[in-house]
Amino acid sequence: MEQRRKERIDRGIKVRTDGLYAVMSWRELSYLTLPRVVLIAGLLILPLVMPSMYWQRVISIVCIYSLLAISFDLLAHFVGLVSLGGALFIGVGGYLSAIMNTSFGFPPLLAIPIATLVGAGICTVLLLPCLPLRGVYFAIVSLMYPLAMTRVIEALDILGGTDGIMGIDSFPNRWIEQYFVILMVLLFLFGVRRLVNLDLGLVLRAVKDNDQAVRASGMSITFYKAVAVFISSAMGCLGGASIVHIYMWSGMSLFALDFSILPIAATVIGGAGTLVGPVLGCLILVPVSELLREFGTLRIVFYSVILVAFIVFRSEGIMVYGQRKYHQIERWVKV
Amino acid sequence: MDILIYGTINSISLALMALGFALVYGISRVPNFSHGALYVITGFIAWSLLRTLGLNYLFSIILSIIAIGLVGALIYQFVLIRVRGMAISEIIASYAIGLAILEGLRWGGFKGTTYTLPVFIEGSITIGGIPVDFHRLLVVAIGAAVVTFLWLFTHYTRIGLALRGMAQDERAALMLGIDSDFMAIVAMASGAMLAGLAGIVLLPLGNIVVEKGYDVLIQAIAVCIVGGLGSWMGAVLAAFLIGFAQILTVVYLGTHFQMVVALLAIILTLILRPSGLFGRQKELEERV
Repeated sequence: MEQRRKERIDRGIKVRTDGLYAVMSWRELSYLTLPRVVLIAGLLILPLVMPSMYWQRVISIVCIYSLLAISFDLLAHFVGLVSLGGALFIGVGGYLSAIMNTSFGFPPLLAIPIATLVGAGICTVLLLPCLPLRGVYFAIVSLMYPLAMTRVIEALDILGGTDGIMGIDSFPNRWIEQYFVILMVLLFLFGVRRLVNLDLGLVLRAVKDNDQAVRASGMSITFYKAVAVFISSAMGCLGGASIVHIYMWSGMSLFALDFSILPIAATVIGGAGTLVGPVLGCLILVPVSELLREFGTLRIVFYSVILVAFIVFRSEGIMVYGQRKYHQIERWVKV
Repeated sequence: MDILIYGTINSISLALMALGFALVYGISRVPNFSHGALYVITGFIAWSLLRTLGLNYLFSIILSIIAIGLVGALIYQFVLIRVRGMAISEIIASYAIGLAILEGLRWGGFKGTTYTLPVFIEGSITIGGIPVDFHRLLVVAIGAAVVTFLWLFTHYTRIGLALRGMAQDERAALMLGIDSDFMAIVAMASGAMLAGLAGIVLLPLGNIVVEKGYDVLIQAIAVCIVGGLGSWMGAVLAAFLIGFAQILTVVYLGTHFQMVVALLAIILTLILRPSGLFGRQKELEERV
């Protein structure tokens, strides 16, 4: 019997665009830039084509989840730390920005950057004890913080207790709100993509793959992990700080499970370790979850089931699949 | 005196909650983040068997524990086995399964005060001037029995010895003809059954609520980390440490701080002695 196998070959244009010669031809240049341009232009146009205020608000939420998902992807697939508590970052950033706005009277566009940096510092310090360790400790501790935070807020009745903090200023207008979060997503997306190819990114990936080698090179693993946690919690805190100004309210639901599970689901669906994938995943999952809003907590079941299905059967994700189709041709050949 | 009595009871409850997690992690190195969900769902299965189908209480308990063991085995066979060894996927998959179960229950309307299991024996007894109900005493007895049974099981039966062999060195165990996947399924099923047993024993003390799933998971993990991940006797000892610490904080500070005790215990352990009280065996692997 004749046997066949599938063969994958890089497209000629992919090989030609690898080197510097790509800049000599419009065709190669557009092959290189097309995916990026589609993403950037698509995100920028999105608020303009949305039919209603409601869907424009959804775009902002998509962006906030995207920030969280990029931060999850950076930590999990470039440093090897699985964070099950994205809600911690959202909550810390959100409450800080809310306090700065209501108690000190900072305008949103000043409160958000401060909350981002201070919040990232706080999160890093909170997570510091588990950074020298390998294994599941980071996942466990990051899972516990958001759950414990709600209890502490409830018990001590601080930060507005169960009612939350109200009367937070919104962005000057809704266009600024949307373009602020969209630009932040693009900034961090391309920033992190650049970062993981810098020397620092190389060290971070080495921490994931072979931490003993990093240590043998005289570098402190804990320090580099802390740097990575700082960067990704900054992204999360930025999202949290933005969300309180979008909703004009900060409460215990900032520590809710949605913020922990949806970014993970988006990352796995979109393509782990690609950084663009998580954004794509959020663009798919968040609108779907808005459509399912009436089902309440069934949404979390929905993400979880999708997550398990993808992780078990299709662990590569949409983005990796797409990249393969874009760069390679497949054909059947005789063995 | 009441601190002593309730501390002991609380410690035994914690040990019951934690043993399942410790067993699964110790043997297959899979952190079972769906532990709390299994604990809660057993309560609901027993409740439905008892109330909806009207079965005998003892019979529905046995049936629900067997059912949860099957669920554990199925989770391992169909999901976890495929991602075994990929740390990120293992964590995410088991966490997602747990979330799906818990939030599915919440969506299914399993909340409120209607869901309670009856205590095993009504009535109470006075020990040293403190009234203690029989059920709490029974918890202590069952906890002690489970710990003893586990010790005997892992030291004197063939399967138990194979499980310990897996826990110590999986490759060597494979060479000696121990089927590691089958053993991991056994471990996961018995871990789930332990979680279910803990649920059945402890849930009659209050309402069955979904939130307990998260609490139980966190307390179980706290106990396991303080005792050293993968060390069962360490877990029992740590349960006593955390149990008494919790009762002391409840007496002197308030009930809301129970969770904070667990968190603080984890953080302190990770700072001071990352491999836990008895986690020597795998120390080198976990410390960078």
